[in-house]
Amino acid sequence: MMRTISFSDAIDDALGQAMALDPRIILLGEDVQGLHGSLFVRFGRARVRNAPISEAAFLGAAVAASMAGLRPVAEVMLVDFIGVSIDALLNHATKIETFSGGRWQVPLVVRTACGGGYGDGGQHEQSLWGWLAHIPGLSVVVPSNPADAGGLMLAALELGSPVVFMEHKLISSLWLDFLGSGGRDTVRYDVPVAGTRGPAPDRWESLPIGKAAVCRAGRDVTIVTLGVGVHRALAAAGILEKGGISAGVIDLRTVSPLDKTTLVEELGRTRRMVVVDEDYEGFGLSGELAAVVLEAGISFRYARVCTRSAIPFARQLEDAVLPNVERIVTACEELVGGRKDGQP
Amino acid sequence: MSPDNWYLYELMFKSRFFEERTRQIWLDGGISGEMHLGLGEEAIAAGIVSQLIEGDAMALEHRGTPPMLMRGVDPLALLREFMGQPDGLCAGMGGHMHLFSPEKLAASSGIVGASGPAAAGFALAGQMLRPGTVSVAFFGDGATSQGMLMESMNLAVVWKLPVIFVCKDNSWAITTPASTAVGGDLLARAEAQGMKAWKMDGTDVEDAWRVAQAALAHARQGYGPVFLLANCIHLEGHFLGDGLLDMFRRPFYSFRKRILPMVRAFFKSGGAPWSERVASLRQILGFVIEAQHQTNRQRDPLVRTRRILVAQDGARLEQLESAIRVEIQQIVAKGLEPQGGE
Repeated sequence: MMRTISFSDAIDDALGQAMALDPRIILLGEDVQGLHGSLFVRFGRARVRNAPISEAAFLGAAVAASMAGLRPVAEVMLVDFIGVSIDALLNHATKIETFSGGRWQVPLVVRTACGGGYGDGGQHEQSLWGWLAHIPGLSVVVPSNPADAGGLMLAALELGSPVVFMEHKLISSLWLDFLGSGGRDTVRYDVPVAGTRGPAPDRWESLPIGKAAVCRAGRDVTIVTLGVGVHRALAAAGILEKGGISAGVIDLRTVSPLDKTTLVEELGRTRRMVVVDEDYEGFGLSGELAAVVLEAGISFRYARVCTRSAIPFARQLEDAVLPNVERIVTACEELVGGRKDGQP
Repeated sequence: MSPDNWYLYELMFKSRFFEERTRQIWLDGGISGEMHLGLGEEAIAAGIVSQLIEGDAMALEHRGTPPMLMRGVDPLALLREFMGQPDGLCAGMGGHMHLFSPEKLAASSGIVGASGPAAAGFALAGQMLRPGTVSVAFFGDGATSQGMLMESMNLAVVWKLPVIFVCKDNSWAITTPASTAVGGDLLARAEAQGMKAWKMDGTDVEDAWRVAQAALAHARQGYGPVFLLANCIHLEGHFLGDGLLDMFRRPFYSFRKRILPMVRAFFKSGGAPWSERVASLRQILGFVIEAQHQTNRQRDPLVRTRRILVAQDGARLEQLESAIRVEIQQIVAKGLEPQGGE
């Protein structure tokens, strides 16, 4: 059976399903009792806990709580705020298993909202998934639609090692209403509808972490992306098709572990890669994608549409800085204009 | 010296009227994203900022409009910044949470608690380059749970930095009541760190001014940091569209959006026993009711001072208010022009 559900409800629904079965799962973080009111009402104060604005303390505590038998889901409201508490992930959550010689695991899920496109400024709209995935031992999940979001939340809870589960605010009605519109109907953002609502199973099943989805097959160029980028890429592929260019779209779904098999398969065919990554361009996911395909011995032409600077507050500047359909179309056209073997 | 009520009221009224107009522009969709206004905490800003001198610095949080205005930053530049225009204070790059004025040594941050380390750094530079100047950190009671703020207080104590740590206490950490988020007594906590720690009545601008005067003198004379705990209200809650205030202001909208999903969750199988579920609902109801105290006009600093001034000279007050209204209306009209005027 299928039903239609919103992106944000899918995540809480899947989490609720798991919490009902496993009393060890708790949700803690800033304002979680209000933000996730349904979970609070259903599971009560002991399992849905408001934390002070003390990210370093509650994230660090969640690491140790997970080592001592709980299955904490710690919510850091926005990923930008994770800077304050990064030590918990960088030096603890991802080190314990190694340092203990594999004798101690950290089954922790960190929920955090990410991404821009609603005019909140560059301290509230970053993506940072590449930056987080740089840390060995940390899984980073970035769903682009409700079905993936629910299935991957369940998978994150089952994984048994630290996962950062990232919820793009532009497709999460919960976050967009909280931070973008504030209950107004006088503001409009470029929200990809397919990401905000969609079909979902009545009962969630976990999806494999580390498995990309080929959303659209293409002969000429492969657009590799994630999150809201998936919807921008699909829109661009539609435009490119009219111009005679067949563009495929891969939704990575998880940054780490990275689905190298799917990447290599698709790139082996098209020999042209355009990365659409809302995270920062330098030293991140977009470069990593090129590296893994090169390591597989495939030569290909490459371009990327990423965020190059701090995200400006002004809406029109923000739209230009974040990957948009126009920039993706141009990048693909320029790439397909050249030869497939990587030679100029 | 004693406080000049007329001048302090002028500062507060200008800020109030400007922010009320800003609120309307936000409601009309002229400002994207969040909007945190200082409606209700004007007395704290006026009491302190009115006594700052050239070379003093301000470290602000996400609610920086009143101190910026009172420090003399151009209101039109502020408004155009909120609207993300190229002629805004920071060319539309920062928005209302990230206001910067290098001329006034005033810097903001949207990261809770970040004004602590910033104020310590400003004070260090002041101590070495501009002796006799101070820096002021503005933050909310929610921020006192943030490690970097506590660390910077200790840093300021051990380095004897001239910092005024101003805690604007509205008893809420975003939408979580401070009673469940802040342990112990904040004054005692600051004292235990080795600082002077004083209470300020943030609903009374005269008291705010007097306490600020003593704190500034202490820091300027090189005796180290001071912690001020100033109670206040937030007439618009944490930010515009605050869900807790919306429950009464827009009951039908709130019911559909927030209550209905909770009612459904209440009856969902699996989870806590009924008693726990009822406790959750009661707590939410309690939060909603408690949140309404923030809008209590009896604690509005402008209402309080206005009452005194009306008794002194009602006609003068009317004149003052109407002059400010005209001034701000003109600025707003100019701000709303497509090219920002000129």
